[in-house]
Amino acid sequence: MLEEKVALVTGGSRGIGRATSLALAKAGAHVAIVYAGNQDAAEDTATAVRDLGRQALIIQADVSKAADVDRAVKETVSTWGRVDILVNNAGIARDNLLLRIKEEDWDQVVDTNLKGVFLFTKAVTRPMMKQRFGRIINMSSVVGLKGNAGQANYTAAKAGVIGLTKSVARELASRNITVNAIAPGFIETDMTEAISDEMQKSMLEQIPLARLGKPEDVAQTVVFLASDHASYITGQTINVDGGMVT
Amino acid sequence: MADTLSRVQRIIVDRLGVDAAEVTLEASITEDLGGDSLDSMDLILELEDEFSIEISDADAEKIKTVGDIVSYINSHS
Repeated sequence: MLEEKVALVTGGSRGIGRATSLALAKAGAHVAIVYAGNQDAAEDTATAVRDLGRQALIIQADVSKAADVDRAVKETVSTWGRVDILVNNAGIARDNLLLRIKEEDWDQVVDTNLKGVFLFTKAVTRPMMKQRFGRIINMSSVVGLKGNAGQANYTAAKAGVIGLTKSVARELASRNITVNAIAPGFIETDMTEAISDEMQKSMLEQIPLARLGKPEDVAQTVVFLASDHASYITGQTINVDGGMVT
Repeated sequence: MADTLSRVQRIIVDRLGVDAAEVTLEASITEDLGGDSLDSMDLILELEDEFSIEISDADAEKIKTVGDIVSYINSHS
């Protein structure tokens, strides 16, 4: 489905990013895995991509630093000659009640989760415009749509991703570049594992499908949006949330 | 100069769907040739490839007419 396409996945070594890297590789793409700090996890994911018969590259980068981002995109393009699919997945959480959110907690979350999406999107636009082809898929969140007590910084950034997605989709549509967002609900990852059992129980009650999602549920949506099946879809936010938001 | 102009003309005709005769040195990309801001950016990318140069964002912003493009290329390649 994605034979010989080149994908770049930020936060690609763990959680939803890892599942996405593997799903893209299964569909035929080569994958550049951008990771922040956990080199072992990145190498492990790269090995899994290679076991699927595709090429993999790992690139350490701080997604909130333009120089790092430009270097990551250049390395990808110089390795494979193009970049077809960008998955802006890197994200962090620094949850607290509004009154307890420190300025640095706000800045770190917005820098990684929103500015990082801007920088990577900008960096791939030049090669994608030249190719007259591109698929940009941004990870938002169901809480970016609904809001969530204790996550003002995270939800602001994730809602921002949706606005960015819609604007860039309009700008780049004439160049055959689609830009969409995915809003995952509660997905079983390290990030949601940190949530207390009591909180997890109340979360389950909000989910009509009555289970947490798996990283693969999100990854398959990424593959769909990256594929030719989704060539007429742009500027959208697709919920993968078990029916939480309707 | 003539060679640069004809190569630039060919790219603009191809990208903007205008007649070669309209692509004079004085013609403004956006005002006379009907290009929007994204077309202008696209032209810059195409010119970079055609002439093997890199045009910075700051320089790209100053380019308004076909003549601006030709003189930029002649002084940078």
